[in-house]
Amino acid sequence: MSDTDTTPTESDDDYPIEVFPENDADLRSGADDCYKCSTCDTNCPVAEVDDDFPGPKFQGPEQWRLKQNDGEHAIDDSITDCSNCMRCDSACPSDVPLTEMHNTARGEYVEGMSKTSVKYWRNRILSNYRLSARAASVVPRLANFAMNFGPARWVMEKTLGVTAEREFPAFATETFREWWEARGGAAESRRRAEEARERRGDTGADKKVAYFHGCYSNYNTPEVGKAMIRVYEQFGYEVVVPEQRCSGTPMFANGMLDDARRDAKVNVSSMSDLIDQGYDAIASCTSCSLALRQEYPELFDIDGIEEVSENTFEAVEYLRIHEDLREELSGADIEGELEKEFAYHAPCHARNQGLERQAVELFGDLEGVGVEDVGDSCSGISGTYGWKAEKYDISMEIGSEMFEHMESAPSETGMTECPTCAMQMEHGTGYEVRHPLELLEAALV
Amino acid sequence: MAIESEVLVVGGGLAGLTAALASARAGADTRLVSHKQSTLRNASGLVDVLGYSPDGELLSDPYAAIPDLPESHPYRTVGVEGVREALAVFDSVTDYEGGHTDRNALVPTHGGTVKPTARYPPGAAAGLASRGDDMALVGFEATTDFDAPRAAAHLRAAGVPFDVRGVTVEFPGDLRADAAVTRYANVLEAEASVRRELAERVEPHLGDAARVGFPAVLGNEEAGFVREALADRLGADVFEVPSGPPSLPGLRLEDALFDALTDAGARIETGNPVVGYEGDRRVESVLVDRKGAEVPYRADRVVLATGGLVGKGIETERGAVREPVFDCHVPHPEDRYDWFEDDAFGDHAFARFGVTTDDGLRPLDADGEPEFENLRAAGAVLGGYDFAAEKSGAGVSLATGHLAGTAAAEETP
Repeated sequence: MSDTDTTPTESDDDYPIEVFPENDADLRSGADDCYKCSTCDTNCPVAEVDDDFPGPKFQGPEQWRLKQNDGEHAIDDSITDCSNCMRCDSACPSDVPLTEMHNTARGEYVEGMSKTSVKYWRNRILSNYRLSARAASVVPRLANFAMNFGPARWVMEKTLGVTAEREFPAFATETFREWWEARGGAAESRRRAEEARERRGDTGADKKVAYFHGCYSNYNTPEVGKAMIRVYEQFGYEVVVPEQRCSGTPMFANGMLDDARRDAKVNVSSMSDLIDQGYDAIASCTSCSLALRQEYPELFDIDGIEEVSENTFEAVEYLRIHEDLREELSGADIEGELEKEFAYHAPCHARNQGLERQAVELFGDLEGVGVEDVGDSCSGISGTYGWKAEKYDISMEIGSEMFEHMESAPSETGMTECPTCAMQMEHGTGYEVRHPLELLEAALV
Repeated sequence: MAIESEVLVVGGGLAGLTAALASARAGADTRLVSHKQSTLRNASGLVDVLGYSPDGELLSDPYAAIPDLPESHPYRTVGVEGVREALAVFDSVTDYEGGHTDRNALVPTHGGTVKPTARYPPGAAAGLASRGDDMALVGFEATTDFDAPRAAAHLRAAGVPFDVRGVTVEFPGDLRADAAVTRYANVLEAEASVRRELAERVEPHLGDAARVGFPAVLGNEEAGFVREALADRLGADVFEVPSGPPSLPGLRLEDALFDALTDAGARIETGNPVVGYEGDRRVESVLVDRKGAEVPYRADRVVLATGGLVGKGIETERGAVREPVFDCHVPHPEDRYDWFEDDAFGDHAFARFGVTTDDGLRPLDADGEPEFENLRAAGAVLGGYDFAAEKSGAGVSLATGHLAGTAAAEETP
């Protein structure tokens, strides 16, 4: 080819041309993929009720672009109004990594925040819920009293900005892990799984999973964790419960990326070891599973993190993939305490994993129960978001659509996979809220 | 492998929804898998069948023109009766108008052009160009996608047989400058004072206009109510001018079709892409990428409705054009400089890229044999037609979706 020949060559090596240095450029393609259709903005539950919030398109690609300009622009304060519901991800027709951009921007914003400000410490305390919960669960009865003691809550609101409107969730008198250890741990689970496999005539493939219970089903709702164990063992799965910390969900939402990375290292290390031995990682909380699957590989570079991401599943999803749940449930019925109607709310973080219709589909044909979807609105609490005094009203306004739908559904019990959505459902309607695993347990075990 | 269906539809746009609806209504156990939220919210919400002939001639009766289309056109595969059948189903699950006649309706667009279309939402009815009475178009200062005076001038230049005036007013609802269209819709739905104030701002500009067109933001779930409330105050008919994404008429259509699909008993999953398949002469299962884990969904019959070049159902690389899920054959000129014309509005080859099929909409390989016994294709993933030039995108999706879904449901495995 002569020098004057301008026809591009066919070799893929020439394309694309590396115009930008390799570092820092990884979000550029995300910004470039945005063609400004604004579909994300029409999906944002915060922008829906708060006209001052500029929406995900600004927080992501537009802010990223502004930032490229010689450091003139700092991250806008409005990044703290994003609740990290992550709905914009599944709305985008062009695969822009919106929440990765938001998480990165929020991390940068918090890095620049005064480390002595009350807000910083309030957010840090809220996002490190595991540490408070661990302390409280040593003395659960005292904690349950103290945490909802009126004058104390008044002081918390005035000094820390934690809303006094909400009741703190009760701490279990026995944590899930305490129950698990007392029951005989992994050895007992293996024994029960073997028995079940024999009963089912199951031979062959290894059936073993590592349970990521998260903080909430450990300290607050151990009945969800117990249901997970019993249902899985019923299908012949041996369960192990490895060392684990917070999944990071509340930390991402508060821009506390250092805290999240610290805990992610522990989680990735224990899960990837087990995955190497043939285990899959199972979470009963849809925010925990989303963190391990999506946010971990997007935000951190930890040995084994991709492997953990690809082998993590939500608990009911995994059974749906590997067992004939439809067949099992078609022969089952529910009697007793859970024989009733449920108002089901799909958490935003379940949507991002394609799980929003799973519970309704699964329980649709189950004798003895009715499960009605209460619509596609966000519950509004978004983890720690609705606990902040300055966000409480917005949180309740976002949730109002869900509350209305719950009240018009033929049920007085709620159902959801997400512990904080459950808090909000209970707070807005007074309903008791159950987890789909509890219904599976009642139907199959 | 435990996720099983008789018919599995890949893609949640108009073609996929129609295919799944036909299949579920025919009694097959049907599952629809869509990567993202439906792309219908990016569409105008108008349902065209055929607006222009391949020579660019404006068509009054789209059905009469179908037999004259090139044989490669999907309408030739489906046939006129097939198109009518699909539209009848569409009419039965939506509140759309236009079914009383075979003739195209002419609907003014936000650019001031007139689009020939077979069906339109009730909100667009009062805007039809075939109505002879005078029209006023109203834009809002902050919704820059719709420049009413310019659109009016454009319509006048096109020679519409009535007077059109365009005016821009400030929206009274105190919204931020770049508020999402859903915010406008919610404010108009919830606040009587905003509706009243808006009518007051518009009224002095009406002149003799008997109908008033607004950007398509007049309510979300209660669109009819907002339109009527404004009409009462203005003493004129009110209509919405369809516009680009995000589009409330498209969103309303999406809701209607998902409701119909749910009522028909279909199972729906949104959020994960289909990335491949297992099988040889038959598709045994499709592979769904669940955050990095490829999970097989078994199905007896599969409908491919992933869209065209824009919807990522057809992909181009520098050397080739391909269909990424099943790697179906996509005919295209070898030299990529033959894929397009230099004239921007020329007769581009790429506009017709897509799979070719047999009479049952089974994609064909390079030798003209079905790629798989049990795979059918519908919508923009099909080749042989230029939907943008001839205004046939929605109609082809409906007609081929209906045929593919019906055939898949009725086929004995």
